Amino acid sequence: MKSGRFWAWVVFILGAGYFFIPLIATVEFSMRMRRGAYSFDAYQIVLGDPRFQATFMYSVIAAIFTIILGVLIVVPAAYWIRLRLPQLRPIVEFITLLPLVIPAIVIVFGYIRMYGSSSPLPFLASDPGTNALLVIGYATLALPYMYRAVDTGLRTIDVRTLTEAAQILGAGWGTIISRVILPNVLIAVLSGAFLTFAIVIGEFTMASLLNRPAFGPYLQNIGANRAYEPAALAIIAFAITWGCMSLIQILSRFAPKSANRPN
Amino acid sequence: MTDLSLSNRAIAGKTAPPSETRALRLPTQWLGVAPFFIFAIMFLILPTLYLMLGAFQNDAGEFTFANIVGIFDPPNLKLYLLCQSASWLSWTSGNCQLPTILAAYWISMKVSLASALIGAFAGLAIAIAIVRGGLPDWIRSATLTFSGVASNFAGVPLAFAFLATLGRLGLATVILNTVFGLNIYAHGFNILSFWGLTLTYVYFQIPLMVVIITPAIDGLKREWGEAAATLGATTAQYWRMVVIPVIWPSFLGTVILLFANAFGAIATAYALTGSSLNIIPIVLYAQIRGDVLHNAHLGYAIAFGMIVITGLANVFYIWFRTRSERWLK
Repeated sequence: MKSGRFWAWVVFILGAGYFFIPLIATVEFSMRMRRGAYSFDAYQIVLGDPRFQATFMYSVIAAIFTIILGVLIVVPAAYWIRLRLPQLRPIVEFITLLPLVIPAIVIVFGYIRMYGSSSPLPFLASDPGTNALLVIGYATLALPYMYRAVDTGLRTIDVRTLTEAAQILGAGWGTIISRVILPNVLIAVLSGAFLTFAIVIGEFTMASLLNRPAFGPYLQNIGANRAYEPAALAIIAFAITWGCMSLIQILSRFAPKSANRPN
Repeated sequence: MTDLSLSNRAIAGKTAPPSETRALRLPTQWLGVAPFFIFAIMFLILPTLYLMLGAFQNDAGEFTFANIVGIFDPPNLKLYLLCQSASWLSWTSGNCQLPTILAAYWISMKVSLASALIGAFAGLAIAIAIVRGGLPDWIRSATLTFSGVASNFAGVPLAFAFLATLGRLGLATVILNTVFGLNIYAHGFNILSFWGLTLTYVYFQIPLMVVIITPAIDGLKREWGEAAATLGATTAQYWRMVVIPVIWPSFLGTVILLFANAFGAIATAYALTGSSLNIIPIVLYAQIRGDVLHNAHLGYAIAFGMIVITGLANVFYIWFRTRSERWLK
């Protein structure tokens, strides 16, 4: 057992080294901009760049719309499957796994060919249409995570009893979903939302191929043309991912731990 | 287990309401899932089908295998095979060129497989260390939290981080050179290469493995170890005859998942190497942007090939997962 613990430490320290050295190196590199002294010049330049602000805002807004679209699609479906159509569960689970099977670049390639300006549904003919298509594409990317999060949330509440109680009190379907079910799975929805945010904020493939002024293509552009700013951007991106994951962790503490029924 | 009780409840509940109210509800029955299915069909299934059908059509819309054959580029493939056999016969390592698209598939598969295997073994070692290694508790939770972050830290920023570490002026490169006198670039290492890309991909592969495999390691029951010890098994026997057979299916399944995960990725590679390392998503990217292959349907065929490879990988993944669930309930 003693030697087991020794090897566990060895493995852990090697792993920690592999994961922390690039982070340390990136921090160090990002501060090297001023000759001979460490400084935050690269961060100042990046944060002050109007294109950084514009693309970052664009991606934040795209992420928010993605989350709204994802919730609108996933919550009613997951709820309805738990309540009425459990026989559809395998099909829906299969569909939600598809975005993990089909690479994002293939999905967006399909969009470009199917929704071009001469097609019956010309999403790509206008700027708002292309923005909508980007949000739709992001929603497909987020589908596996969003569905899993919401479904896990629904598992911890008694969907049937809540629905019947609301019906007895005279609630319609809209009221049941928005005022009974959604508040109960809000924490699950929020963790799905933060994960979606982390995935979408720096996404490159779809935004680039749809020619959107998003944060991902901006990052790539800076990477190709600058020396120290990319390192600063990498640290900023890591901080955003870290922030999203921490929020999910914090939220999970508030989530109901067990169901009030044997499940 | 959970599924069984659920469906039983659902079935029991469904027979309860009187039949006339059910008849009334029937049209609304599908309303809740309609947005989901319309969305999935329009924006996930149809676009993919469109490409898959396009892979088997020519410009006039007629059925053909020419695009699929075009991936293999028979004239150049023949040249390559001739060159290979000639170099085998003469015992030299000839500089034979695979046809471009085939070469891109090949290097994609090599990078994906190498990063999946390295990620899987390293991730497994870390998972075992934090679950079974007798390390302090905070290490376990810190590792899992960090893994959640790092498995999502992919794409362009990851490439920047590795350029800052192992690029020509990166911290690790400089320290290895000045402190240890080891100039890795003089020894043939290059971040813009197969190993550079693999090492970068491993950064999100290991954490993903840790996140997925830790529950499987947790699922190894203490009783099994005690039972094995009671029967006189050594630690090595316990590992060889109990742990490895139980972990094996989830391990293989996760390797395949990691493979598919790396295979479709493009942003990291594009930001890291530009187009100097032609992996298949980068070839497809260039084709979508500017029809560099001068044949739109060849692009469809490349996309089709990618779906086939990741699709096959996922079929195996599901198969291994159902096998592993038998033991790890």
